[in-house]
Order: sequence, then structure tokens, then C-alpha cells
Amino acid sequence: MRKFEAVRSKALPLNRADVDTDQIIPAKYLKRIERTGFGEFLFDDWRKDPAFILNEGVFSGARILVAGANFGCGSSREHAPWALEDYGFRALIAPSFADIFRNNCAKIGLLTITLAPEDVEFLIARAEELPEAETIVDLESQTVATADGSFVRSFEIDPAVKRNLLEGLDAIGLTLEHEPDIDAFEAARPDRYPSTTPAEAPA
Amino acid sequence: MPTIAEKIWEEHLVRREEGLPDLLYIDLHLVHEVTSPQAFESLRLAGRPVRRPDRTLATVDHNVPTEGRDRPWDDPLSIQQVETLRDNCAEFEVPFYDIDDPRQGIVHVVGPEQGLSQPGMTIVCGDSHTSTHGALGALAIGIGTSEVEHVLATQTLPQAAQKTMAIEVDGELAPGVTAKDVILTIINTIGVGGGTGHIVEYRGEVIRSLPMAGRMTICNMSIEAGARAGLVAPDDITFDYLEGRPSSPTGAAWERALDHWRGLATDEGAHFDTTVQLAGADIEPCVTWGTNPAQSVPVSGRVPDPGDATSESAREQTERALRYMDLEAGTALADVPLDRVFIGSCTNSRLEDLRAAAATVRGRQVASSVRAMVVPGSGLVKAAAEAEGLDEVFRAAGFEWRDAGCSMCLGMNPDILLPGERCASTSNRNFEGRQGPGGRTHLVSPQMAAAAAVAGHFVDIRDWEMR
Repeated sequence: MRKFEAVRSKALPLNRADVDTDQIIPAKYLKRIERTGFGEFLFDDWRKDPAFILNEGVFSGARILVAGANFGCGSSREHAPWALEDYGFRALIAPSFADIFRNNCAKIGLLTITLAPEDVEFLIARAEELPEAETIVDLESQTVATADGSFVRSFEIDPAVKRNLLEGLDAIGLTLEHEPDIDAFEAARPDRYPSTTPAEAPA
Repeated sequence: MPTIAEKIWEEHLVRREEGLPDLLYIDLHLVHEVTSPQAFESLRLAGRPVRRPDRTLATVDHNVPTEGRDRPWDDPLSIQQVETLRDNCAEFEVPFYDIDDPRQGIVHVVGPEQGLSQPGMTIVCGDSHTSTHGALGALAIGIGTSEVEHVLATQTLPQAAQKTMAIEVDGELAPGVTAKDVILTIINTIGVGGGTGHIVEYRGEVIRSLPMAGRMTICNMSIEAGARAGLVAPDDITFDYLEGRPSSPTGAAWERALDHWRGLATDEGAHFDTTVQLAGADIEPCVTWGTNPAQSVPVSGRVPDPGDATSESAREQTERALRYMDLEAGTALADVPLDRVFIGSCTNSRLEDLRAAAATVRGRQVASSVRAMVVPGSGLVKAAAEAEGLDEVFRAAGFEWRDAGCSMCLGMNPDILLPGERCASTSNRNFEGRQGPGGRTHLVSPQMAAAAAVAGHFVDIRDWEMR
């Protein structure tokens, strides 16, 4: 996983609540067997509307997305974070995120930041008013700030997620460091759970 | 005094360390073709094996055609994804129900049907509707592809602590009101984000009296309220359902299992972070009018007026939904004409669902303006339905009777809505474009979908005469 570096960029305002992962990446694009290349299909249906915010050239190059509450609800498809990341986003800011989506983002180095609704509203209004204005996201200090310094907010983050993002750690490698614990757990537990084998079809 | 969810959690704790998420052991990992290829590929690149193929089961459901399977498939990408899973299962020695296996089907129908999903287990799948298995009294969690890889490699999953929520549905349901209406009402009550960060335990007389299929419908849609998982404590209904299934324990092992399962209940006086109470008698047959599953009204109701919204953002959200759905505020739901009807999905494709729908349409005809299809949840559901003659009932009424898969729930296979088509669907999501770009989805129970197919518009199932 890529290490998370501080981000300084324009912020793209997506002033909608309950944005589901079917909108972020429609199901018809889930047939690829690669992790990459989903960015061009990000918000594919909504982008057919010329007035959709992603079509506004002034926001091109934005690496921060600011959105309404419950962002990423619905399907567990990790293709949604892959598409956002592939498109160029590094940090997402919203009043709340759906659980699976937030976990998926953390696993690929995409930072999700939860701020108070009024702070998110402020950032959305500011980005709509001053599209070129930059926002700074710093994970080390856990702050979101406008580049002019007039707005600074700190955010909470799970310390383990923070460390994994900053160091770009391999979560599986970390767990496998404790493989003896898994072995011991398996050895000690009662054998009451079903096996999936053999799976030969019944005659 | 723990809750059942907390008991299962503690029983599966491999490792706990301050400042880190708990590491939980996973008893069953279900795998399908869409969210697994990248996980297997990463394992291959890292040279890691699947730790417990015997705790892993794969099948194909999202992409598969539901008719003409013996003919060459049209979509090369779907073929590639199915072949990739087949190859990965062979390489990593993961048991696989292939397209021609009679047990193939929607992964959340297959697990319980085989008796693989049992009380007290931890179950994961790269699919948000994994919460379905909570109906068996399991802790079942939907995960993403990176987590699929993590479970394949380690048979564990790091999980941050969750809050607990009790949703109690007391009393009894009126005739014609189903589990689908219960969960749609719950989601309407707490909102699409209302369950975020929570494991929900469904409780109360209404839940206790539901058969397993109904409990699965309710747990299935926990994610539509944002919940991490949803479950029902196991009871005699659960045990009756499990007894004799292919992977259920037998003999002395069955007795030992029962002893353990009977202890899986929330202790008297256990603390829930959030409690929600509903009266079963207040629940009516529901229809969604909007573009998320919380946007529903009783079938006797009308499309809401954005002007009644309590905030500017809620007003905009309602307006956008009505625009997409091409509905006018104040329209009676019963006056909304339909183009399509879909009976299927991991929410409502079990034998009980098909029986209820068949009883509604028996001896009647699908309206000439409607194209209607039934997609059983698994090959075994299909066979059981055919053994009862349900296929004949549906075919005689003008329904298409198809092979098992996710089908038009999410439109990854050829079963999709055309732009502008309006569908009464027993599935779980009415998001924009969910059943095909530009398609308009109304979520309902199987009975309501079946009646709507005949009438050509929504009807109140309580007024429907069963002949």
C-alpha cells in the first residue's frame, strides 16, 4: 500500500448525502479482474450530465473530495475506492461514511476524514465559491485546513489506521506476524464448525 | 451480561491489543466471482496460500445468465470473471459450486441452504448482503476485496469494536404484511445511515414468530440501514431449519451443537447502545418511491411532497429522487403503472418467497403491459419449486421462469431494465441505475410484486382475494 502523504489541493464539492457505491462505480464496470483503471468510470452515470460537478474543468486535479453524510453506502465493492483513488483523490471529507466503504478506503491508502456537518458545509460552500482555493490535509497532525489558515479543524482517526496509512503497511503481513496466535486458536477451539469440503456435486 | 453479538465476538477473539482492532477468527468465508479476482491475484503475487480452503466456499452468482446457460454466453467479460474464479479455486484448492452444479446459486441463499451457516459462527463474504446469515444467529459481516484477501490468507479479520443496537418488533403482523415490509419500515424509521457502526439484534415477538426465510429477508437488508451486521438469536425455528441439512451436524454432534446454540442468546439486562421499538400492528405493506431504501411509504400512501421536508438538504434529496423516478408529489402509489416485475435476489428468492408469489398469481395473468420474471435463489430452490409445480403456476400466469443468480437485482448479467423502465422488485436496492442505467426500481415484498404484475400497477395486497 502506498504511504499517505500530506495533501494540498483544490477540493471538489459533492453536495449530496447518501452517495452509494453504485453511483461511484456502476456495476457494469465490476467485471474487470484488475485493481486499476476504474478512474475513468468514476460516477459514470452522473457524469453524463454536463452540469455534474466532476465535469467542471475548474476542479480538475482536485485530490480532496468533500461530500454529504453517509458517503459510500450500499454495496461493499472495493472498486469504489479504487475508482476514486485511480481518478486522483487521496482524501475524502464527509460528516460520516458507510462502514465497509471506510474500511475499504483504509486498506488502499485513501484517507476518510469525518468532520462536523457544519464544517463540511463550510468546506463545500467555500469550494463552490472559490474553486481554486486550496485545502491542506495533514494526517500526521490530524488536521484539515484552508491554505489561507482561516479554517483549521482537527479530526479523529483510529490510531492503527493512521499508522498503517502513514507507513503504507501490508495488513496481511502484520497479521501473519501473529500466525502462532492463529495456530493456537485453531488448536484450542472445539471442532464444532462445518467444513466446506468435500464439495463434489451430489449425484 | 453480554449480548449474543458480544458472545460470538469474544468466542472468536484470536488476539486483542491496546490500540489495535481485535483480530477475529472467521469460521466461514463465502466467495463469488466479482469481488475475489484481485484478492487471489494478490495472494499469487505474494506467494501466499489460502490458509483454510475447508472453511471457504465459492460459487458464481452476480454475472451468470439466468437463461440459455448451455449456449455460449454473450459477454466476454462475464465469461472471463467466471473462468477466473474457476481457475483460482482450482489453483488454491477452494471448494467451488460451478455453473452446472445443482447447488449453484446466490451465495447468501446457498450458505444457509447447505447448513454451512450455523449459529454462533463468524461468516464473511465480499458482499454487503452477508448480513443475511445473521438470521441463523451468526455474526456475518460484508467485506471488501482487500479484506477478502486478508481472510483467504489468514482466516482472520481485524475488526474495530462495534456498537450494539436492539431493534424490537413487538406484537404481530397484520395479514398481508411480510418480513420485507418489516425491514423497509425499520429502514424508513432509522434511516439509511441509522445503523452505521452497529451490530443490530432483531428482537421481539414479530421476529420470533417469523420463519427462517423471513428472518433472512430482514437480516439481509441490515446493510441498507448502514449496519455492520444484523442477527437473530437462534431458537427452535432455527434448529428445525438446520436439522438434516447437508453440512449440519448429526447424531451426538447435533446434540452437542444444540447445547451450545441454546446458550447463544442475549443475557437478561444486557446493555445495547441504541434501542429501537416498533409495533408490528402498525406496519403496512410498503413500496419505495425514491432512490434509497429508506424512501418508502405504505402502499395506501402517496408520493411525498419535497415541500414537507424538514431541511433544505432533505428537500433537495427528495426532489432529486422524484426527478429520477419521474414521479409527481402527491401521486397515489397504486396509480403508478409498471413495465417490469422482478421476483428474486438474496432478499426474496427462497422457496417461501416463491410460494407466496405463486399463491398471489395462481390462476391469473400478468398484465399485457408488464414483463415479469422469477429468478430462484439457487438451483436447489428452483428444483424444489418445480417439484411443487410453482414453475407451472408462474409460467401459466405469463412469468419467465429462470435459472438461479443475482440477476436483475444489480444488472451485472443480461437481465437489466431499459432506461426509463419502471420495475416492482423484491430486491434490496432502489439506487439510481441499480437495475440498469436509467431504470426505476420500487422495492416491495414478493406478494406485492406478484400482485403488481397482474394488475399492471401497485395494489394493496390486503385487498387481494386469494382464490
